[in-house]
Amino acid sequence: MLSLRGVSKVFQIGADRKVAIRQIDLDLRSGEFLTIIGSNGAGKSTLLNLIAGTVPPTTGTIRLADMDITGVPPHIRARRIGRIVQDPLAGTAPSMTVAENLALASKRGRRTLRLGLPSRMHRRIRAQLEVLNIGMEDRLDCSVSTLSGGERQALTILMATLAQPEILLLDEHTAALDPSNAAMIVRMTCAFVERLGLTTLMVTHNMEQAIELGDRLVMMHKGEIIHDIAGEAKATTSVGELVDMFSRHHIVDDELLLERVC
Amino acid sequence: METLLIHALEQGLAYGIAALGIFLTYRILDFPDLTVDGSFVTGAAIASLLLSRYGFDPFSVLVIAFVAGAAAGTVTGLLHTKMKITRLLSGVLMMIMLYSINLRIMGRPNLSLLRIDTVTRLVDAAWSGLGPVAILVFITILAMGVKFALDLFLRTELGFALRATGDSETMIIAQGVNTNTMKVLGVAVANGLVALSGALVAQYNGFADVGMGTGTIVTGLAAVIIGGTLIRSSRIGWMTAGVLVGSVIYRLAVVLALRYGYVIGFQASDMKLVTSLLVILALVAPTLRERRQRKVRAC
Repeated sequence: MLSLRGVSKVFQIGADRKVAIRQIDLDLRSGEFLTIIGSNGAGKSTLLNLIAGTVPPTTGTIRLADMDITGVPPHIRARRIGRIVQDPLAGTAPSMTVAENLALASKRGRRTLRLGLPSRMHRRIRAQLEVLNIGMEDRLDCSVSTLSGGERQALTILMATLAQPEILLLDEHTAALDPSNAAMIVRMTCAFVERLGLTTLMVTHNMEQAIELGDRLVMMHKGEIIHDIAGEAKATTSVGELVDMFSRHHIVDDELLLERVC
Repeated sequence: METLLIHALEQGLAYGIAALGIFLTYRILDFPDLTVDGSFVTGAAIASLLLSRYGFDPFSVLVIAFVAGAAAGTVTGLLHTKMKITRLLSGVLMMIMLYSINLRIMGRPNLSLLRIDTVTRLVDAAWSGLGPVAILVFITILAMGVKFALDLFLRTELGFALRATGDSETMIIAQGVNTNTMKVLGVAVANGLVALSGALVAQYNGFADVGMGTGTIVTGLAAVIIGGTLIRSSRIGWMTAGVLVGSVIYRLAVVLALRYGYVIGFQASDMKLVTSLLVILALVAPTLRERRQRKVRAC
């Protein structure tokens, strides 16, 4: 489905070179749900940016199904790749209404001079919002800026999956939410992924979540994949085991220990 | 006094069309575009040249001015999106280039429309039954027409994409829209409106002058800000109505200041300074308010 071959990314900041991704090979089957963990600066977000196309790779090729998408600009890739980022403010257009946002998301690609939100679309949008089951179907004409972070992220999930992409990229999309909202968003995400059979890549800082969700887990460190488990191995692994793995690479940091204690 | 009021309304609505363009870039697209100081004159210059030299129909020159302004805006948009020049500098560069281009168009620093059939003269003659408000009625119809056309455009799929581009680029790219195309389109339409306004104002005043565009961005911002303060709404129709109202109120203030300003020692030449100070005040007001609130909370 998705295949990365020899992909690396070097950021040139003035005279400094920072290798964010180091010669990564990665293959995902159709429908596979991959969780990605790693400390700060491991290259998790850069990896998703490379797949989304917002950052061009320094070397290597990225293929989606049978198509080489390495040089394809992000807005074209978006027809096949849905994406949700951490910041709930970034996933929606706050000055527009809930209905307008969904109308915007119901179509990928070329925009015309047809009405953006014809009245016949209202019923469909209402039905789509009812699926979320958080009462947003009664707030169609509210500006998105009046929604809470959790509500916005729920709307973002709906928008990212509305045009039926093949791949879903989740970049710590629950990290900015309080625990109960985060749990709701995780439940919602899983429901959508299952229903639409999406191939999913999810970056998370929460190791328990990474073990619990999905069917494959990779650990990244300094731009490389240092651990890749699936099936039985993933099901039986524990947070402790993962932390040990980290420490073997001498990469235990405060943040990691903190997460273990919590 | 009555004629003073009519003049203020006429000018407010005529300049209001330019303010609608500035609203589109500044508020909707989040693109502070300085091209307008040049494209306003471009509209006026082209209209005056075509009217005085080539005897064009005064209504069609409004359309031609729109197209010319849109072309100028397209260049600004491309400077920013293709050549990666900052938004402010792209606008400044285009504005400076337009200064030379406008002089080329006119052939000299100003063109008179004396004894030429301009829209205002034609309307005045055709609608003489309306008496002194004939021109006001015409300009109102034109400005409202532009307002509703802009409202409608912002409700199309393209308009949605444009609004979302100003809101969150991450989001709209993820929704499969090329933000560069949207920026060029938005800046083009905005400058088209500004040039249309320039062509109208030139015919209204009876001349085009190469310096008549100086401060268009500031007076336009003043209108946008006054309108946004008076009419607080997130609905497009109300926002654009606010821009026109803001422009009229601004012109009223200008007319009154020019008429009675001498009482407090105000000179006509102080106008741009005072306007800019007002815009600065309006722009920093939210920040100041926020800072004060934060201080209270810290106590």
